[in-house]
Amino acid sequence: MKNETRVNLIKQGAIWAFIVVELIFFSVAGEFLSVSDKAFMNFDNMLLLLKQSAPIGIIALGMTIVMINGNIDLSVGATFALAAIVLLDSMTWPFMEALGNWAIPLAWFFALTTGVVLGAINGLIVWKTGVDAFIVTLGSMLGFRGLVFMYNGEQPTSHLNWTLVDFAEAQFLGLHTATWFLLGAALLLWLLMTKTVHGRNAYAIGNNRDAAVNAGIRVGPHFLWNFMLIGFLAALSAVVFYSESGSVNPNDGMLYELWAITAVVLGGTKLSGGYGSIVSTLGGVIAIQLLRKGLGHIGADTETVNLVIGLILIAVLFLDRQLNRKGKEELRT
Amino acid sequence: MTDKTPALRLEGIVKTFPGVRALDGVSFTVMPGEVHALMGENGAGKSTLMKVLGGILAPNEGQIFIEEQPTIMSSPMNAKEKGVVFIHQELSLADELTVAENIFLGELPRKSFGRVDWTTLYDQTNAILKTLNVGFDAKKRVGDLSIANQQMVEIARALTVEPRAVIFDEPTASLTDAEKVVLFKVIEDLQSRGVGVIYISHRMEEIFKITDRISVLRDGQYRGTLNTSETNEEEVTQLMIGRTLDLSRAEVTHETGEVALEVRSLSCGELFEDVSFTVRRGEVVGFYGLVGAGRTEIAETLFGLREPSSGTIHLSGEEVRIHSPADAIRRGISLVPEDRKGQGLILGMNCRDNMTLPQVSNLTAGPFVSDGAEVAIFDQYRDKLDIRTPGWRQTVGNLSGGNQQKIVIGKWLSMHPEVLIVDEPTRGIDVGSKSEIHNLIRELAAQGYAVIVISSEMPEVLHVSDRIIAMFAGKVMREFTADEVTEDSLIQAISGIKPDKVA
Repeated sequence: MKNETRVNLIKQGAIWAFIVVELIFFSVAGEFLSVSDKAFMNFDNMLLLLKQSAPIGIIALGMTIVMINGNIDLSVGATFALAAIVLLDSMTWPFMEALGNWAIPLAWFFALTTGVVLGAINGLIVWKTGVDAFIVTLGSMLGFRGLVFMYNGEQPTSHLNWTLVDFAEAQFLGLHTATWFLLGAALLLWLLMTKTVHGRNAYAIGNNRDAAVNAGIRVGPHFLWNFMLIGFLAALSAVVFYSESGSVNPNDGMLYELWAITAVVLGGTKLSGGYGSIVSTLGGVIAIQLLRKGLGHIGADTETVNLVIGLILIAVLFLDRQLNRKGKEELRT
Repeated sequence: MTDKTPALRLEGIVKTFPGVRALDGVSFTVMPGEVHALMGENGAGKSTLMKVLGGILAPNEGQIFIEEQPTIMSSPMNAKEKGVVFIHQELSLADELTVAENIFLGELPRKSFGRVDWTTLYDQTNAILKTLNVGFDAKKRVGDLSIANQQMVEIARALTVEPRAVIFDEPTASLTDAEKVVLFKVIEDLQSRGVGVIYISHRMEEIFKITDRISVLRDGQYRGTLNTSETNEEEVTQLMIGRTLDLSRAEVTHETGEVALEVRSLSCGELFEDVSFTVRRGEVVGFYGLVGAGRTEIAETLFGLREPSSGTIHLSGEEVRIHSPADAIRRGISLVPEDRKGQGLILGMNCRDNMTLPQVSNLTAGPFVSDGAEVAIFDQYRDKLDIRTPGWRQTVGNLSGGNQQKIVIGKWLSMHPEVLIVDEPTRGIDVGSKSEIHNLIRELAAQGYAVIVISSEMPEVLHVSDRIIAMFAGKVMREFTADEVTEDSLIQAISGIKPDKVA
């Protein structure tokens, strides 16, 4: 029994150990290979890293919940882009401009509502039709992206509000606004998944749907809530990011769903559902961002970075299987 | 017959599982050209024996001889190469492939560069189909065939090698009478080709119609072989059940209360028809029958997993409609399902969370689940049911079968149900825990619960039930009280023999 607790601890801690290894590696390698003369483990650099993790990170938190529940959401990248357009465009509407800075919270509200509505569409379809979430969100990924292009064609949508930019660039207790949103969302979702009935039931449904139904749990509403939640988080991610940048291209957010899934899986959440943790996903997000930044630091280009991340992802999952006796048995067949 | 070399001979086969001696020195012989019935109750060791014979399980002791050559079956493929083939009760065919592809699956004839030799494939298949005299051809998609014809494909698959022994496991379970005739003809053909046939079935009629000899297993032991022409149903039944029961009925005496559950003419499509019964408070009603007799389906209907096509359900005299497990649970009906791991437990969760799962929404303090309330419930039922676990944090998947079952039972007891349905309460549970679960069921009745026990094990049903309902092919055949039931009459009722035929 003690053995089992230990294995669990190792598994939960693995992602953080990996982060430490990365930090050491890049600090040492940076001494010899760095293109800049700044140290990698620089405090400002680390703060920046957290900020840069936020857009994918906030989405990945939502993805964790959807995946624990036994589903997946491929439409988050498109939702992200559409919410961004709503945010920036709504501030140019005449009645909004008349409101002055009061337009900001309203624009946020519009953008976040967009995310929730899109998520609800996914959730309702999965609930009511019983079609696999992979297929449903593959379709809505294309559909939502279509809406993005219908909105403004190939043109970027831009609007800069300096009050908003100031807010987004602010640092409170050293951490950037985006970082606060990432950590705040992580805390709330951790509470949701570990302390509430909804979280408990989401794990149960993902782990064994039949048994969950037999315990009287209504599966559909939980699906709906989780899709609405990830839609909200995709929009939140867009709101935080575009408050600062002020311009969105119709192709923005493409492949975000895959980066989010990569981070979630790296954090140990299972694709099959029922297992996973918000905290580990946070680790996965940071590990990927570290890898990107670190490889850049020692002079690797983007293509190399992607290659390395891909290899590491597969290596990590292979190790995970080896740790798992059940997985080992499957390997033999 | 004795002067010929046996097609197949088993000698002293022993197979043990942790805590169970599933086969205890089984020996028997199948002659070429004979149809040999293998009989025994559920759990007597038939399927274990067949798994040993088919190379799925390795015996701990004993020897298999094929035409008197000592043989080791290392895998199902290996057994087939040696001429021992199985026709399983459950069909394992690829619906989307053709008849020919299914028959030669894994051993398709090839040409150069790994291309499939379609001409040879179809020729060989049609040759086999011709010997079986069936009305479909090699290119037909298997999914488009009737169940009976799919079974023919399974049989054809067995004939790609020159078989020495063919084993049929409950082959008529899903066949109509006309289809049975065709099957029996095929068996006759095999027989005339000098193949030894082992025929496993519970259906006496068939056994007496087509077999030459009958061998009986009981409690993992070989109980003898009878010549079919020289025996009768009574003698075989006697041999199958003729033990003195070590499980006498538990000595819990109590009074039964008012009717908790009444079911009137409940039907669900073709699964079961016109089923009526009552369960009183403080009473255990056992449902006994063969697999597929409709027992589990009745439980699932009561629990809201299936919609009945007609009939009514009454709880404490009031008619209720149950559309989902959530409805059933609210009304006080609980189900401990047959497939504990697949349907009863969240294996990746800990003991406490599994136990409180159906009521966790009532255990909140503010927005959060109250740890204290959950642990209190867990502790109470751990002590009450004597669940052995190092602590509530233990993952349920790591517990023994008996303790897992107690977690499921505890889960429902903590909800204080009106009616508790327990489907196969001791499946996959070791002997010691079995009697614990049995005692627990008796105790629950004594405390005033209305309990339904569904079981395929006769000693279990006899041991725990106050009344027994015998089912056959979706119908209630007969209802027994604990005082009047005999093993003979019970086994005849579940084999579809009407009471008036009983001598």
